Amino acid sequence: MKVIKQSGLIIFLLGLTIFVGTIFTGSFNLNQSDLDTFIKEKNYKSTVIKSNLEKAIVTSEDLNIFQFSKRVIKAYESSNLYYDNLIQKYNKEKKWKEKGKQYQYKIGGKPHSLSFILAKKAGKGWAAENTTLMWFLTFGLGIIGALLFIVPDVVLLGKPGIKNDGIFLDAATNRGWIGWFAFVFLVTFYILLYFYPDLIVNWVFLVDPISASISGNPASQWFLYGFLYCTVMTVMAVRMYIKYRDNKYQILRTTSVLFFQIVFAFLIPEILVRFEKPWYDFKNAFPLDYDFFFRWNLDELLSSGGFGLFILVWGVVLTVVVVPVMVYFFGKRWYCSWVCGCGGLAETLGDPYRQLSSKTLLSWKFERIIIHSVLIFVLVMTGFALYTFFSGANQVIGIKTQTIQDIYGFLIGSIFAGVIGTGFYPIFGNRVWCRFGCPLAAYLGFIQRFKSKFRITTNGGQCISCGNCSTYCEQGIDVRAYAQKGENIVRSSCVGCGVCSAVCPRGVLKLENGPEDGRINPTEILLGNDVDLMNFVNQKQ
Amino acid sequence: MEHIVIIGNGISGVTAARHIRKNSNNKITIVSAESKYFFSRTALMYVYMGHMKFEHTQPYENWFWEKNNILLKQGFVSNILPHKKQLEFRNGEILSFDKLIIATGSKPNKFGWPGQDLDGVMGMYHKQDLEKLEKYAPDNKACNSAVIVGGGLIGIELAEMLRSRKIPVTFLVRENSFWNGVLPAQESEMINNHIKEHHIDLRLNTNLKEIKSDENGRVKSVIIEETGEEIFCNVVGLTAGVTPNIDFLKESGIELGRGVKVNRFLETNIKDIYAIGDCAEQHKAIGQRRNIEAVWYTGRMMGETLAQTICGNKTEYKPGHWFNSAKFLDIEYQTYGWVFSEIGKKENETYFQWQHPKEQKCITISFDKNTNQFLGINTFGIRMRHDIFNKWLTENQTIEHVLEHLADANFDPEFYKLYESEIVEKFNKENNTSIQTKKKSWKRIFSKA
Repeated sequence: MKVIKQSGLIIFLLGLTIFVGTIFTGSFNLNQSDLDTFIKEKNYKSTVIKSNLEKAIVTSEDLNIFQFSKRVIKAYESSNLYYDNLIQKYNKEKKWKEKGKQYQYKIGGKPHSLSFILAKKAGKGWAAENTTLMWFLTFGLGIIGALLFIVPDVVLLGKPGIKNDGIFLDAATNRGWIGWFAFVFLVTFYILLYFYPDLIVNWVFLVDPISASISGNPASQWFLYGFLYCTVMTVMAVRMYIKYRDNKYQILRTTSVLFFQIVFAFLIPEILVRFEKPWYDFKNAFPLDYDFFFRWNLDELLSSGGFGLFILVWGVVLTVVVVPVMVYFFGKRWYCSWVCGCGGLAETLGDPYRQLSSKTLLSWKFERIIIHSVLIFVLVMTGFALYTFFSGANQVIGIKTQTIQDIYGFLIGSIFAGVIGTGFYPIFGNRVWCRFGCPLAAYLGFIQRFKSKFRITTNGGQCISCGNCSTYCEQGIDVRAYAQKGENIVRSSCVGCGVCSAVCPRGVLKLENGPEDGRINPTEILLGNDVDLMNFVNQKQ
Repeated sequence: MEHIVIIGNGISGVTAARHIRKNSNNKITIVSAESKYFFSRTALMYVYMGHMKFEHTQPYENWFWEKNNILLKQGFVSNILPHKKQLEFRNGEILSFDKLIIATGSKPNKFGWPGQDLDGVMGMYHKQDLEKLEKYAPDNKACNSAVIVGGGLIGIELAEMLRSRKIPVTFLVRENSFWNGVLPAQESEMINNHIKEHHIDLRLNTNLKEIKSDENGRVKSVIIEETGEEIFCNVVGLTAGVTPNIDFLKESGIELGRGVKVNRFLETNIKDIYAIGDCAEQHKAIGQRRNIEAVWYTGRMMGETLAQTICGNKTEYKPGHWFNSAKFLDIEYQTYGWVFSEIGKKENETYFQWQHPKEQKCITISFDKNTNQFLGINTFGIRMRHDIFNKWLTENQTIEHVLEHLADANFDPEFYKLYESEIVEKFNKENNTSIQTKKKSWKRIFSKA
């Protein structure tokens, strides 16, 4: 068994190495006719961009992706520079009309995204041409290796039960060198994905056939991300099934998040695209889905006929009715640890890191400030967006709606949710985004704290203050602080993962939905002591 | 304002300190030689097993003590001078008090075995024991075999700890079945099997004769009393129970038995000196409890009670219904009310027992065979609600009532398989009754006794 596990690790690392190495492979050059079609499709008015790009990338040279990207970006920059110079020139000459004309020639858009589109057409080599083989050597070996590493645990971990031996003695799960390595890898991955998609175009080639079979289109970097997300979640869900095989709550919950990720977040949206409907994830509720009320989205939905309208109504009903009503009955766990994609990744890929979240009072303070700031930010931004949509004015009190949307998208949507939210798993625990950043979690949290049937019941006086519950709380809740006082845990941040209850050696904690009355029960003297004393002190209080 | 000095920063002393602080502005000093900050002793095992780091065992952050104006003093008290109201420390320091609470807990039993003080022989009680274990048994190369002497809760925990690092363990148990002075045979037998499943070499009916040394004064082997067999090992764990940690009081004039003698107000024979927790010994047993109760919960309850007395609300120590819990490797155990083993059971007490055909789950309900009054329950692998059983015990309910409403008491996580109907069916068959299980009712669960 150990041998299988070790060879699994080797195979996984081999797959990972080839995967990373793939970035550096292939050659990129465009042929004339592809460029012509591209220019035509893009409808550029600039007269220089075509020749710039021609010179840069229609070549017989074997460019790697880095050279290719650099050249494309330079071509765009020099085209824009050309017109900037003209603008300055006419400005000096006070030829206002001429100056005004030049702006139409400037080309917007993110340079690396443009470079990605071109690279997608220009790529040759292993990833682009031997896609199936390369898919197997990367994804295939990765999956096989990981499963070979994970599955022997059925035997190696021994009988079902809590399997936390050695977690704080292991460099992977105790911020050791493996943890830091994983951190660097994940952060780099997210930076590339969000800001340098052209550099990982070879990875996108690997999933082109899969994309084509589902949506009929070639893959984008977001399809790659979606596919990778589902793959990682599936493999790590196998790990969850083995680790928590004594605990039916964990098994069902894992199955649920996996189902919603694969079906709702991945397959349905891609299939919608196949039928020329808007890409939409039916479970992704505003304000986590922060661009739902952005003008481009509303325009797209409104122009998609009855179906678009249905999505629009559903999106509003989901946030305004479904989410709060469900939180009232079941707590925010129904979303955060049963349905949500971010939660799904945190509960599968992130599970090995749950013990790293900080439990100090100070981090709780930071948490409340930061998460509620994000909520305010998203609400203000949405207010701007809706105002802009209905009034047509593109700015409110002198601030451009577009600017504020761009800032949110960059700071919160990309950096916080992606780079920090997932990249920091191995250092700050697996719910960094959910705990500190997610505006939907903040909204659900209010309902859970003030109007819900959900609580974690503390079982009378049975707590021995051991600290397993607090240690393994991914949300950094000091569960023990409540349990050792005999008090139920009612906290806005609790996502109801159920692991505190699972790791408790004395059967003290139970997640349950019960009557609101008596849900919050501060106590001074715990059950088991003199009844008169309990009554005396607990009532005095 | 009085100066309250508490010796010992375990659950008893710390609970007392917290409640005194809530109810008064007295000056409070907690003295400890073991560690500056309070930690949960029951969690030490998880540090060695790598489930937690030591700081995770500390229930309060370090700023807590200053914020609540509780002074922490590190030092070893060597003597108490009751008439001067002073403590003497080993280093000669003196500390004055107005009221003194002795909460020094226990220490592992040693029964005068030859070799019991060799290097590599240890208990598993203090923080220092954990450090010793880390030194002598860091992995299965440095320690290729360990022997544990004494089949109680700490013994099985130490075995679990060592197994977490794949160290072969021989577990010497004096009794003919694990913990059968406390557990009914059905359960004791189940734990025996479970211990073996974890590849622990369980030796029942086995006593230690002596521990042998190598040339450097380290453990080399142990000799078995019954067979004379020599078992080679690098570490010996002595876990044959605990005894009050009160040697430093011998000259103090405070009345001592096995522990510090206290009355129901937790007062010693000397005014303004009290004792709580593991080290306190009641003059007369309370109900069916023992005079000395070395249990987390009772230490906490004594702390809660004594704080009232210290703050002017003189309160008798009147613990409620007995409860306890433990975990034997993978099997959780809870008990509410009194279930005595076959050895300790009284004439009127009888059992109803149920065991899962395949999994390691079972219950024993003890009831009065004349009145059918419910006396207590042991559950293994099934969690039960403390409140509900506490209520049923207060109401003197019958076993029929308990079985009928068993669903109210279940505390297992959601979606777990429930066994109420199997349990009740067995009872009906054995007793020719026709009890029907009622569905879980929130109303009943939350109604107070």
